[in-house]
Amino acid sequence: MREYFNNIWLGLTTVFIGMNVTFKHLFKPAVTIQYPDVKLLLPERERNRLYVNMDDCIGCDQCARACPVSCISIETVKSLPTDDLGKTSNGKKKALWLTKFDIDIAKCCYCQLCVFPCPTECIYMTDVFEFSEYKRENLLYSFVTLTPDEIAEKKNNFEKAEAEKSAQKAAAAAKKAEEQAAPKENKPSAEKPEDKKE
Amino acid sequence: MIYDFLLKLTGSEIAAGFIQSLLPLFVFILPFALIAVLLERKVSAHMQDRLGPMRVGYHGIFQTVADILKLMQKEDIVTDNSDKALFNIAPVLVFTGSYAAFAAIPFSGAFIGSNIDLGLFFIVAVSGLVVAGILMAGWASNNKYTLLGAMRSAAQVISYEIPTILVIITIVMITGTLNLYTLSELQTGHFWNWMIFGGPSTGLIKVAFIPFMIIGFVIIYISTLAEVNRTPFDIPEAESELVSGYHTEYSGMKFAMFFLAEYANMFAVSAIVAAVFFGGYQSPFGYLGNSLGISWFIPIEQFFWFTFKGIFFVLVQMWLRWTLPRLRVDQLMALCWKYLIPIAFVNLLIVGLITVL
Repeated sequence: MREYFNNIWLGLTTVFIGMNVTFKHLFKPAVTIQYPDVKLLLPERERNRLYVNMDDCIGCDQCARACPVSCISIETVKSLPTDDLGKTSNGKKKALWLTKFDIDIAKCCYCQLCVFPCPTECIYMTDVFEFSEYKRENLLYSFVTLTPDEIAEKKNNFEKAEAEKSAQKAAAAAKKAEEQAAPKENKPSAEKPEDKKE
Repeated sequence: MIYDFLLKLTGSEIAAGFIQSLLPLFVFILPFALIAVLLERKVSAHMQDRLGPMRVGYHGIFQTVADILKLMQKEDIVTDNSDKALFNIAPVLVFTGSYAAFAAIPFSGAFIGSNIDLGLFFIVAVSGLVVAGILMAGWASNNKYTLLGAMRSAAQVISYEIPTILVIITIVMITGTLNLYTLSELQTGHFWNWMIFGGPSTGLIKVAFIPFMIIGFVIIYISTLAEVNRTPFDIPEAESELVSGYHTEYSGMKFAMFFLAEYANMFAVSAIVAAVFFGGYQSPFGYLGNSLGISWFIPIEQFFWFTFKGIFFVLVQMWLRWTLPRLRVDQLMALCWKYLIPIAFVNLLIVGLITVL
């Protein structure tokens, strides 16, 4: 009997205690952030969408090799000695035409390993994190600045130069040793003479 | 009375009756549901330190309007193996049941749908239709969750009708009337004439009534809360157990009808509590219309007080909803049969004795 009335008393009082708590919370300021309008400040070193500043890219392929999931694919074409590609912001002379610089951001694991090897600091993580798409293909970002026509032209130029060189090679047997070194040269060796100039 | 006015206006009893029967729906229930749904979401949000709907209009005030538009455009899905006839009748029946209760509720001195002598009895009786509708919905959906929800709902509503009726009988013993209009008129004057403060009786008897009236009020409030299936008594709809109970399979306007019926019910039971214990449409401090000498203003004031009291109790229902966790089925039955009914009986006996004295 005593337990019975005790239950009633407990039931009633605890309801009022609970109601008191909720009533107090009614006047507490909300902790909600109106997300699309107001955004939380992201941490200083947040890792989100990758961006490549193509003005600075020298096409060294180091980021693509560092990527653990191979989401970066780069193709380059050598420039002709007569082409002027300009310089990067930290003074390096560019020697390669970039015909393809694709980042499949759907594959990206946001490890930031591609950022550190870059000699010109042109690939970096931005604070953009809202880039959802309806189709996965839309997440394949292409960063090349050249138009398809220009790419075809550069490739053509390079092939012509190659053809000329091989023709010269056949003609001039005496200079063969020097001529053969040229096609094997890849980007770092092409840069070396430029570095010396500076 | 508005009926007489409508009769003069239209010149036909049928037209007047028809318009009058539609008045509470369009003038009261639909706007009330619009506001109450938004209020529910806002109150719940602020009680949980959130903001609730914020995108449609200033602080989301048009959220429910947008919701209604969405519900009207929605596809009406009827599952293949459902009992089509029952499935289609059920939402109508549920809404009819809860709307019929409004017929006997006095909104103000000038407007009562039907001034019948068995007002309270009628309300309790037609509320039974809701149970039938819910059972039909649960059975016709051919889904185990809806059936479970409907069974629970039927068990709950029928059990909790008993303490409600016992408390109503207590009141009837004092006032000697089941007519809600007369009941409200009895409690006229100031707030000390309300039934919760002993009603129109005088002297020692009035004082003796007060504690038993308060007990009666607590019992009827708890049991009506259970009758409208709201938290902490929402086991028929229990989202975390039964998806959403008996209306799981409904979509579009049929779902909207269940929803509207739920909110109409919420107001109906609050209105009954207000009418029985808190003077119905009577003002607690006398009328502005009386002191200013404009008698036509009094019904408007009465309407204001009635909605004010009704919405206050609806707010308390929401407050309770966002405070208390859901009861277990056995706890629910224990509360009704072991606590509310015996106490209501004892209350009934004591009040009866006092009335005899």
